Amino acid sequence: MYRNKYRVIIPFLIPSILLYVTFVLYPYGRSMYISLTQWRGLARAPVFIGLENFQHMWGDSNFWNALGNNAFYIVVLPIFTLSLAIFFAFIFSQGVPLSKFYRVTYFFPQVMSVVAIGVLWSFVYHPTIGILTSILQMVGIEAPPVWLGNPDTVLGAVAGVTIWHEVGFYMILFLAAMESIPMTYYEAAMLDGASRWHLFWNITLPMIRDTLQTGVIFLMINATNMFAITQTMTEGGPSRSSEVLSTYLYNEAFINSNFGYGTAIAVALFFLTLVISVVLSRLLSRESLEY
Amino acid sequence: MATETLPNPTRTTTTAVQGSGGGRFSIGNILLTLFLLFWAVLVIFPMVWLLYTSFKTDQEIFFSPWSLPAAPQWDNFQRGWVDAHIGDYFLNSFIVVLPSLALILILSAMTAYVLARFPFPGNRIIFYGFMAGLLFPVFLALIPLFFLVKDLGMLSSYHGLILVYVAYSLPFSVFFMTGFFRTLPSELHEAAIIDGANQYQVFFRIMLPLAQPGLVSIGIFNFLGMWNQYLLPVVLMTDAGKYVLTQGLAYMLHQQYYQNDWSGLFAAVTMIMVPTLLVYVIFQQQIQKGITVGALKG
Repeated sequence: MYRNKYRVIIPFLIPSILLYVTFVLYPYGRSMYISLTQWRGLARAPVFIGLENFQHMWGDSNFWNALGNNAFYIVVLPIFTLSLAIFFAFIFSQGVPLSKFYRVTYFFPQVMSVVAIGVLWSFVYHPTIGILTSILQMVGIEAPPVWLGNPDTVLGAVAGVTIWHEVGFYMILFLAAMESIPMTYYEAAMLDGASRWHLFWNITLPMIRDTLQTGVIFLMINATNMFAITQTMTEGGPSRSSEVLSTYLYNEAFINSNFGYGTAIAVALFFLTLVISVVLSRLLSRESLEY
Repeated sequence: MATETLPNPTRTTTTAVQGSGGGRFSIGNILLTLFLLFWAVLVIFPMVWLLYTSFKTDQEIFFSPWSLPAAPQWDNFQRGWVDAHIGDYFLNSFIVVLPSLALILILSAMTAYVLARFPFPGNRIIFYGFMAGLLFPVFLALIPLFFLVKDLGMLSSYHGLILVYVAYSLPFSVFFMTGFFRTLPSELHEAAIIDGANQYQVFFRIMLPLAQPGLVSIGIFNFLGMWNQYLLPVVLMTDAGKYVLTQGLAYMLHQQYYQNDWSGLFAAVTMIMVPTLLVYVIFQQQIQKGITVGALKG
């Protein structure tokens, strides 16, 4: 059956492997070395300096500021996105009037590019041309904050847009998980007189645990990135108050030509995602329910 | 305990469950409906506002953000398309995304087919080698990637960005298609070989058509990912004449602080959003399925 199989295997694999090794694996490996160098310019070669970049990072307040902003997103994005998404999914799995319309509508932002969403919401938040300020003035708030121009509100404003963007995706994910829960569970509980709240808390939530765990990890990994939305809406400002690791390393490398230090920040970012995906999935995983 | 089936259940597999004491017009249900409508308005209204604002003059935009345009300013669109280069950005995006999409579909199908159906020494190692790519954030590779593409003379070139898009789409696409090819019955393969087909014919005439549903999902997933990609073009497409749509849009927004052509910018964003909206409304089911296949990654 598999006579001459290598005549298929080799030509079918070579192009992908070549591309993958060249453009993906090689740069990943090379990063590990570059992060240990000082590399200032295009013409000069990187100079090996050991762990100096990481020592510098330890005392770099801009790094900790950016990491702190990522931490804000890591905490806030999963909490709000997932509670809303589970809430919507539960309601729609029960069937309410117009639920098809809601599903299609809520999911739509997911299809748009983050940049387009960032631009749209920059308009909405804009102090003179935006509509948010005038809505708030209508309900009696005299001087609403300049959302993207105020260090106290900028992170929340960006987080709000990200939640708005992501909710639909997780809603669809939870809907799929909820639809695979056997009906008999609900029927049995309803015979016992359980309320909708009980059904949700004692059946739905435990049964979608695995999906919930996936959602937490996805959103946290997203929160370690936030490049496109930050770059579009605030460029890290005002005065670094919304800078995240990804925009900081981008600026260090491509604006200030600190390629070694930029790569060291990228390595730190990588360890952050590694901690989230490995440690967190260990922590969260319990024996999954069989049904 | 009042249970009743609501007039418009979206799925027949569950009976609708009404909370205890919940008639259809209880306060809880009214609040719920209000909240659901509120979220729908939150999604729809910014886009409706964007749409009608793009027909207004700069004066109207500044002094009455809510009002409808007194007379539609069609030349906003003209300025957006030509002067703000939206037309060029669209073209650039197509030039990059369409070949990337064709390449990733055929390459990931070939790779996945071999990894799923042919046992050979090293098969597992290659498979897990591809899977390793799912673990790393693109940021980790970014700086060396920039220099690599530069050294290859492919900075600000369409083919450079295409190759990078394809390479970074491989891990997930191979993972997904390998799972897909494993589910196809091997009898078909055997029967075709017995009938005298060679291995290439088996792949292109039998396996590829059978893999079509998987290719559609992975195609939608990759299309949206590539079309909406921002980070890679920002680093690799440094020549303003070759900006893709996302880059062009961000560039226009940041230019706005100097140019003050808000109406042109609104029109430009509208021209970007409306086609997305139309495609979504037509294909929303396939798109929802295509995007959520990404969740398998976890």
